[in-house]
Amino acid sequence: MAIHTFIDILKRALDEEMTRDASVHLLGEDVAAGGAFGVTRGLADKHGATRVRNTPISEAAITGLATGAALAGIRPVLEIMFIDFATLALDCLLNQTAKYRYMSGGQLTVPLVVRTQAGAAGGAAAQHSQSLETFFIHIPGLVVVAPSSPIEAYGLLKSAIRLGEPVIFIEHKRLYTMKEELPQDFALPAIGKARVAREGTDVTLIAYSAMVQTALEAAKELESNGISTEVIDLRTLLPLDMDTISQSVSKTHRVLIAHEAVQNGGMGAEIAARIGAELFDELDGPVQRVGCPFAPIPFAPELERALLPGSHHIVQVARRMMGLESV
Amino acid sequence: MYRMLWRIRLFEGQVQRLAAAGEVPGFPHLSTGQEAVAVGVCAHLSREDALYTSHRGHGHILAKGSDLEATLAEIIGRESGLCRGRGGSMHLVDVRHGVMGATGVVAGNLALAAGAAWAAQAQGKSNLAVAFFGDGATGAGVFHETLNLASLWKLPMLFVCENNGYAEFTSRDEHSNVNHVSHFAKPYSIPTKTIDGNDLKVVHAEAAEAIASIRAGHGPYLLECMTFRMAGHYVGDAQQYRSKEELAAMIEKCPIERLKRHLLADGVPATVLDAIQVEAKNEIEQASLRARAAARPDPATVMDDVYTSPTLHAISG
Ligand SMILES: Cc1ncc(C[n+]2csc(CCOP(=O)(O)OP(=O)(O)O)c2C)c(N)n1
Ligand SMILES: [Mg+2]
Repeated sequence: MAIHTFIDILKRALDEEMTRDASVHLLGEDVAAGGAFGVTRGLADKHGATRVRNTPISEAAITGLATGAALAGIRPVLEIMFIDFATLALDCLLNQTAKYRYMSGGQLTVPLVVRTQAGAAGGAAAQHSQSLETFFIHIPGLVVVAPSSPIEAYGLLKSAIRLGEPVIFIEHKRLYTMKEELPQDFALPAIGKARVAREGTDVTLIAYSAMVQTALEAAKELESNGISTEVIDLRTLLPLDMDTISQSVSKTHRVLIAHEAVQNGGMGAEIAARIGAELFDELDGPVQRVGCPFAPIPFAPELERALLPGSHHIVQVARRMMGLESV
Repeated sequence: MYRMLWRIRLFEGQVQRLAAAGEVPGFPHLSTGQEAVAVGVCAHLSREDALYTSHRGHGHILAKGSDLEATLAEIIGRESGLCRGRGGSMHLVDVRHGVMGATGVVAGNLALAAGAAWAAQAQGKSNLAVAFFGDGATGAGVFHETLNLASLWKLPMLFVCENNGYAEFTSRDEHSNVNHVSHFAKPYSIPTKTIDGNDLKVVHAEAAEAIASIRAGHGPYLLECMTFRMAGHYVGDAQQYRSKEELAAMIEKCPIERLKRHLLADGVPATVLDAIQVEAKNEIEQASLRARAAARPDPATVMDDVYTSPTLHAISG
């Protein structure tokens, strides 16, 4: 059984989808050369230069081009090298890609996947480390997916390519070297459904992307404190799977949401508001959040470490929620 | 083509009247005075050729073959409209006729058209994509990005700039030191011409040449059509930024009058031309009556088509 890194498994998913469906095409800066992280290395040789196409550094135009091609029956997978540069693509994603189906009264769909890479690791600093997913969850018509491990990325990318909607697929750079074994009987996950990554009864810990790994570490430590933590991996940030959240909250009655993005206006704020409105009677206490302090991501390793939320932050807040630590 | 010029002229006259009567939501932009560009270019397009137009797109869409009634119904927000009343004047889409869309974002259509052209190229099809845009769109970065990409990939794409000398209320010389939009094509080695966009004969002949070049596989082409916006920027614009002399000169430049003079000189009887005008007027009147009588969208359907998949619909907040 082969063990795969996140990068290799993304390549495998792309390769398999390109083999399965001749309309799948890859586009992006350097993709024919393998991309900045090697995800697409070798695919141009195998599938040809037309289907794996290098583009100029023109995020606005290549996003428009990918959208126009999707409207014409191609299934493009566009790589935006860093989510930090997605702002240059945002006009198209917001004003065209997301709305085309609606504005056309259902005449057209946009089967486009935008793969992008986000998050802080290794001193990439303020302009190459951001977690900007909430830009996208504010846009009706988009789907936002953020896998938490290699296996998750494999299944979710394949499902995203087959979905037929515009999907923003956010990969965390810290996960790129993570390794996992791909199970033999693998069922593709449904887009729009969360998964319970670990079962528990005391606290529901909601996370996504790399923070799921941090949350699982925290859950282990909390177990030794006698706290049973249920970890929910959202998988899809838009639309939000409130059913899975609701089932868990009805069991634990306590919710902690953790993400790497700043708390202000983040996923946690949205989820907390929905839980407050829909599940208030289930709660034993206020919904808590762990997120990045409100600052840009710094460069020096000490500073980067100091800013990023880690498992010890989660443990601390969860213990407090259980009355084990004073406020 | 003379008939199509009148159709567009009278269609937009009707839009203007309906807007004045409060029957048109939003702010439609009329192409009155610029019709020859739409008619001269679209005459060479097949249904499979993808059309992407700007905020001033009624003429292009009608010239591409869209139905008068369904187009008007969309502009007045009816369920029977091209987009079921979801799009309106600035977001007209009619896939059946290869009208892939208008856009409310200046220059936002250019890269989409490049995408259609790339799709045709990648799928081995022979059709092309046409993007209409105003002179103002050349200020946008994505215009330059798209020129580069289209040239680099030799995309089968026709850029048609309708240079009417204005972007909203500001004249071209306040927007750029580059006198002609065609100059932007040169560094990218895109073949280009600046032509009289108000003479249908000229537009028709030059578009034929441009499209033949694209269809022969020589890559993109940029046509700059010098034209004249006879109406305001949008319906209701008082146009205080334009002089009386300038407005008076439009009559001389009117593309319909120009073509009429050509046709009369070629010996077409005036009675034939008058009859065409009357027929177009009747067509518009009938289409308007039917469009206005059509049902308005049911508010219960407002969430339709946000997503394709019903499961995503059901759980999207
Ligand atoms: C990106 C963007 N900026 C501003 C506007 C507002 N706006 C609408 S039309 C227009 C002028 C466009 O001028 P031009 O491209 O020459 O087209 P014309 O109206 O003359 O046909 C402006 C500024 C817009 N719709 N989109
Ligand atoms: Mg203009």
